[in-house]
Amino acid sequence: MQTFDLEAQGLRALNSTLHAQAANTNQTHWEIVNPKGSHAIAVGLDAPIEINIKGSTGYYCAGMNKQATVNVHGSVGPGTAENMMSGMVVVEGDASQYAGATGHGGTLVIKGNASSRCGISMKGIDIIVHGNIGHMSAFMAQSGNLVVCGDAGEALGDSLYEARIFVRGSVKSLGADCIEKEMRPEHIAILEELLERGGCDAKASEFKRYGSARQLYNFNIDNAY
Amino acid sequence: MKDEQKGAPRTMPIQSATFSNPVNAEIRRAAATGIYDIRGGGAKRKLPHFDDLLFLGASISRYPLEGYREKCETSVTLGTRFAKNPIQLDIPVTIAGMSFGALSGGAKEALGRGATMAGTSTTTGDGGMTEEERGHSNKLVYQYLPSRYGMNPDDLRRADAIEIVVGQGAKPGGGGMLLGQKISDRVAEMRNLPKGIDQRSACRHPDWTGPDDLEIKILELREITNWEKPIYIKVGGARPYFDTTLAVKAGADVVVLDGMQGGTAATQDVFIEHVGQPILACIREAVRALQDLDMHREVQLVVSGGIRTGADVAKAMALGADAVAIGTAALIALGDNDPKWEAEYNALGTTAGAYDDWHEGQDPAGITTQDPDLMARFDPIEGGRRLNNYLKVMTLEAQTIARACGKNHLHNLEPEDLCALTLEAAAMAKIPLAGTDWYPGKPGTSY
Repeated sequence: MQTFDLEAQGLRALNSTLHAQAANTNQTHWEIVNPKGSHAIAVGLDAPIEINIKGSTGYYCAGMNKQATVNVHGSVGPGTAENMMSGMVVVEGDASQYAGATGHGGTLVIKGNASSRCGISMKGIDIIVHGNIGHMSAFMAQSGNLVVCGDAGEALGDSLYEARIFVRGSVKSLGADCIEKEMRPEHIAILEELLERGGCDAKASEFKRYGSARQLYNFNIDNAY
Repeated sequence: MKDEQKGAPRTMPIQSATFSNPVNAEIRRAAATGIYDIRGGGAKRKLPHFDDLLFLGASISRYPLEGYREKCETSVTLGTRFAKNPIQLDIPVTIAGMSFGALSGGAKEALGRGATMAGTSTTTGDGGMTEEERGHSNKLVYQYLPSRYGMNPDDLRRADAIEIVVGQGAKPGGGGMLLGQKISDRVAEMRNLPKGIDQRSACRHPDWTGPDDLEIKILELREITNWEKPIYIKVGGARPYFDTTLAVKAGADVVVLDGMQGGTAATQDVFIEHVGQPILACIREAVRALQDLDMHREVQLVVSGGIRTGADVAKAMALGADAVAIGTAALIALGDNDPKWEAEYNALGTTAGAYDDWHEGQDPAGITTQDPDLMARFDPIEGGRRLNNYLKVMTLEAQTIARACGKNHLHNLEPEDLCALTLEAAAMAKIPLAGTDWYPGKPGTSY
C-alpha cells in the first residue's frame, strides 16, 4: 500500500505519480489522505490500480478514468468520473452535479444521493445510485444504464437516446421523449447484474424501466418549444 | 381605362428594398413548409469587413523592406503561457475545427496533408479525432466540445493542443445538428448513437457552467495531459472584451475568436445572419482586454470568420491578432463550390458559389458528405496539394504587404499601418478614417 498525502505533496505530484503506473506495476494499491475537497484528484488514470481517497473531493474526481478502481471515502464535488472510459469509481457519500457525465464505459457507484444532471449525455457508462438523483438526470443520455434505488427528480431522461434508466422509487416528472417501458426478462437480468455490481440489496422486480420514445430522433419542427 | 390614358407613360415597377425578391421567396418558402431554413456556411449578408481597411504602406516616414528578398518572418508560437509544449507554426494561418461527419474522411485527410506541408496546424471537430487527420497532421488541435462525441483521454493525450469550444461565430449561444443523411456506420460508431438519426450537438457543456467552473475544467485537462498541451478557448464573436477577459481568467493559453462570417456545418439561417458580430468589430476589443490584463502576446489571439487572402491575414494581425484560422476558404481551396460541378449544383436547385446545404450530404465535390460515391470524387492528395498552395499564397501576400510597411515579421504589423474606408469600419476597428486622424469614439473626442 502506497500512501500519498495530498496536502503535503500536491496535486501535480499525485497525478503524475499515478499516471506513471504501468499496466504491470506492483504498486497496485494507493491511499490518498488529506484530499480536503481538492479538484481533479486521480484524473486521467490508465492502469489497473486501486485508489482509496480518505475524505471528500472537489470537482472531477476520477475524471476520464480508464482501468483504475477509485474508492472515495467521503462525498464528491461536481463531475465525478466524467467521461470515464472503463474501471470503477465508488463514492461512499453523496455526489454533486453531473456525476458520470458523458461517461463512455466503466461503473460509477454512488452510495448516497446524486445531485442534478447525473449521467448527463452518458455514452455507455453504468451508474448505480443507492439513494436519490436530482433534476434533469440522464439528459441526452446516449447509452449505458442508470440505476436509481431511490427517487428521481424532475425531467428525468429528457431528450433521451438509447440509455436505459431503472428507478425503484418515484419519478417527479419525465423529460421530453422519455417514457416508461415494459420490464422484460432481459431487462430484469441486466438490472440484477447491475445491482449486484453496485452492491445494492434491492430487488430488480421493484424497479420500473424508462427509455426513449424515439419521437425526437429525426428533426421535426413540431417538436420545437 | 379611359381612352385618353391609353399609351400614356406608366410608373416603372419598383422592387421594394424591404420586401426584396429573396425576402419574398423566403416568406413563400416558410409559408409552404412551416420550417425555418437550415444551412451551412457563415453570414452571407454584406458586413463591414477587412475590405474596408487599407494599408498605408511606407513613405518618407516609414522605410520599406525590399519586396522579394528581405526577410519577413511568419512563424508564430501558440501556448506560451502555461503549456510545457507550445505549438510552433511556420505560418500564422491555421485550419479551423471542422468535424468528421460534417466532412468526409478524405477531406479531413486533405486538410491534414495541406496544413502539414505548409507548416501549420489543423483542428478536429465534433465527432472526435480520426486516424486520417491524426496521421496526416503534424500539428493537430483537439476540440473539446459540449457534445463530447468521440471524446476520449487517449486522443486528448495524442493531440498537440486542446481547444475548448464555448461557441462559434456562426451561432454564438447555439448548438448544432448533424442530420441523419450524413450518419454513416462509421460516424454513428464514433458518436455512440444509432445510424440515421439526427444528432444534436449541445449548446453548452454538460459538466461546467461559468468561468469559475471552466477554470477547474482546464485544471483537470492540464492534469490529465501533464500540463504539456496548450489550452485554447474558442468563443463566438459576441462580447469579445468580456469573453476574452474571462477566458484569460479561466486560464487559457490561447483565445480563438470567431466572427459571424465563420462557417458552420448546419444551423438555422436566421441564427447565422442575425446573431453575433462581424470579426472586424471583435478584434480590437479582444486585444484591448488582453492589454488591460497585460496579457497581449502572452495569451495568443487567433481570429477567424471570413479570412480569404493574405491581405485579410495581414489586417487581422495589424489589429493585434497573433494568427488566424480559416474554414470556408480551406474548403473552397479543396474544391468545394467549384464551377466544374455546376450542372449538379443546378440539379440541387443552387449554383456554384451559393451551395450551402452541406448538412444534406449531397455535396457534388465529395467534401461535405459521407456518401461513398461522392466521396470517391475527392482526392485527398490533390486536395492537400491545393490547400498547401493556397496557404503559401496567403502567406506570400501577407509578407508582401508587411514588407511594404517596413516590417520584418508579420507580428510587427500594427494599427498605425492601416486606414479605414468607411465610418463603420473606422468605428469597429478603431482605425482612423482615410484622410483623417479620427475614428468614431476616439478617446479625447466627443463624437
